[in-house]
Amino acid sequence: MAITRDEVSHVARLSRLALSPDEADRLREQLGNILGYIRQLDRLDTRDVVPTSHAVEMGTPFRDDVVRPFGDKEAILANAPDREGDFFRVPRIIED
Amino acid sequence: MAPPPVHEWTLLAAAKAVREKAISSRELTRALLDRIDRLNPKINAYVTVLPEAALADAAACDAELARDKVRGPLHGVPLGLKDIFCTRGIRTTCGSRILSAFKPPYDAAVTEKIRAAGAILLGKQNMDEFAMGSSTETSCFGPTLNPWATDRIPGGSSGGTAAAVAAALCFAGVGTDTGGSIRQPASLCGVVGMKPTYGRVSRYGMIAFASSLDQGGPIARTVPDAALILSLIAGLDRRDSTSVDAPVPDYLAAADRSVKGLRIGLPKEYLQARGLDPAVKKAVEAALAKLSALGAVAVEVSLPHTEYAVATYYIIAPAEASSNLARYDGVRYGYRADGATGLVAMMSRTRAEGFGPEVKRRIMIGTYARSAGYYEALYGKAQKVRTLLRRDFDAAFAKADVLLTPTSPTPAFRVGEKTDDPLTMYLSDIFTIPCNLAGIPGISVPCGMSPEGLPIGAQLLARHFGEETLFTAAAAIERELPLPRVAPLEG
Repeated sequence: MAITRDEVSHVARLSRLALSPDEADRLREQLGNILGYIRQLDRLDTRDVVPTSHAVEMGTPFRDDVVRPFGDKEAILANAPDREGDFFRVPRIIED
Repeated sequence: MAPPPVHEWTLLAAAKAVREKAISSRELTRALLDRIDRLNPKINAYVTVLPEAALADAAACDAELARDKVRGPLHGVPLGLKDIFCTRGIRTTCGSRILSAFKPPYDAAVTEKIRAAGAILLGKQNMDEFAMGSSTETSCFGPTLNPWATDRIPGGSSGGTAAAVAAALCFAGVGTDTGGSIRQPASLCGVVGMKPTYGRVSRYGMIAFASSLDQGGPIARTVPDAALILSLIAGLDRRDSTSVDAPVPDYLAAADRSVKGLRIGLPKEYLQARGLDPAVKKAVEAALAKLSALGAVAVEVSLPHTEYAVATYYIIAPAEASSNLARYDGVRYGYRADGATGLVAMMSRTRAEGFGPEVKRRIMIGTYARSAGYYEALYGKAQKVRTLLRRDFDAAFAKADVLLTPTSPTPAFRVGEKTDDPLTMYLSDIFTIPCNLAGIPGISVPCGMSPEGLPIGAQLLARHFGEETLFTAAAAIERELPLPRVAPLEG
């Protein structure tokens, strides 16, 4: 199944992946092969089949919406690539 | 005959020896740390080793035992964990550059449970990046090598754990299995690996790949060792909304039961599959002959949708992965690319630099399958075929108590043999994938050796929560077909 360059760059943008031109070319070919293989599912008639969202039958579990303090805030913030005090610091969001 | 060296003891024997003070936890831990020092450079099974913490913990276990305090059934026994389980304050990478400096602020449920049982954590074990792979070659730390033949891959994604268990660099470990990632490396390394029923083991703190398929489980050198570990890590955990509220049976006792009268189903589609190595077929038939001689009854069953399982899996797993991996954005933890001026540019470059090729490929497939115009045709379709695959198993389990199949179509392949062709790599999981899609439990147990001296595993599958039946049948194969479990890595 052929995938176009535009489709690859559209999906890369949705995926937030800044691909190099080489990577995009390679992926175009590989995704084409993989999606071609996947399309064999079209041979199956599934009109009356209920989709599986859960392999093991179970209800939706509920719990009270109660705040439980974590305690070690510093252990969380210590992983931040960039921080300012107790905040995560990021590059500017609204670009010029 | 001389008794086996310490590192070759079973987990059960090591635990008993510590409890009875025949050996100290420190001696046991030191023996394994020395082996890791010497042999890990040959196979790259561990990505993080914790000598100081392990020895300190072992000393604490010895001191407690001197006061007759026992933490649990694994008191003072060294284990390893796949580097997908969060360990508080200890680097947890998931084999990815994007998490190469991540120190989790909390322990996974599995980590808590093995620690509560008294185990000593030796270190974290190598894996395919985000568990995406069948060879441990996609790890950012480089491949793990098979201890039986170091020009071969150990399988994956839990290849580090399976190789470490087979090389006696730990008594056992815990891995994860989304499409075969416990069973296939166990098979290729000649050890026992069990994927429990979906929901049996808590996924809390286990880094997510495909949430409707992921399940943690034991890798060990014997069936009873695997049974003991499962009994310790299974059970309800409210922090995982898919954790199942069902009592945990005595799995160890199940390993001693008789297989007399057990109905062994042989799925004809598996034994007729293209690409099935004759040596693998022969070894699985030998396992069947042994079970039959013990009074089990063979019945032929059919799983007619088997040929569609890999295609179904390669929509569902990437779709879920592309959603789960959206969290790696360079904001709160993990790698961040330098120098980007805007937020979106920073995230896109962080992800491009932080993820390896296989992970990017799967994010792209998954995003494509979930994108406007393709959602129903691809993701919706796959969820429906998943229902057909589940029905196949329902029908088979009406005729059989347990299904016997090969775990992997071939013994371990060579390093680099399949890395250029993702689709060929995906097809090596043909026998293990259906089990995850149906949520049923599966185990791989050694059943033979190839002419080149590579291990071959048999897979057993049972209905939901049929783990006891699996341990019963696998233990019988293990007793009847005694095979070496420790790879001859020395020299």
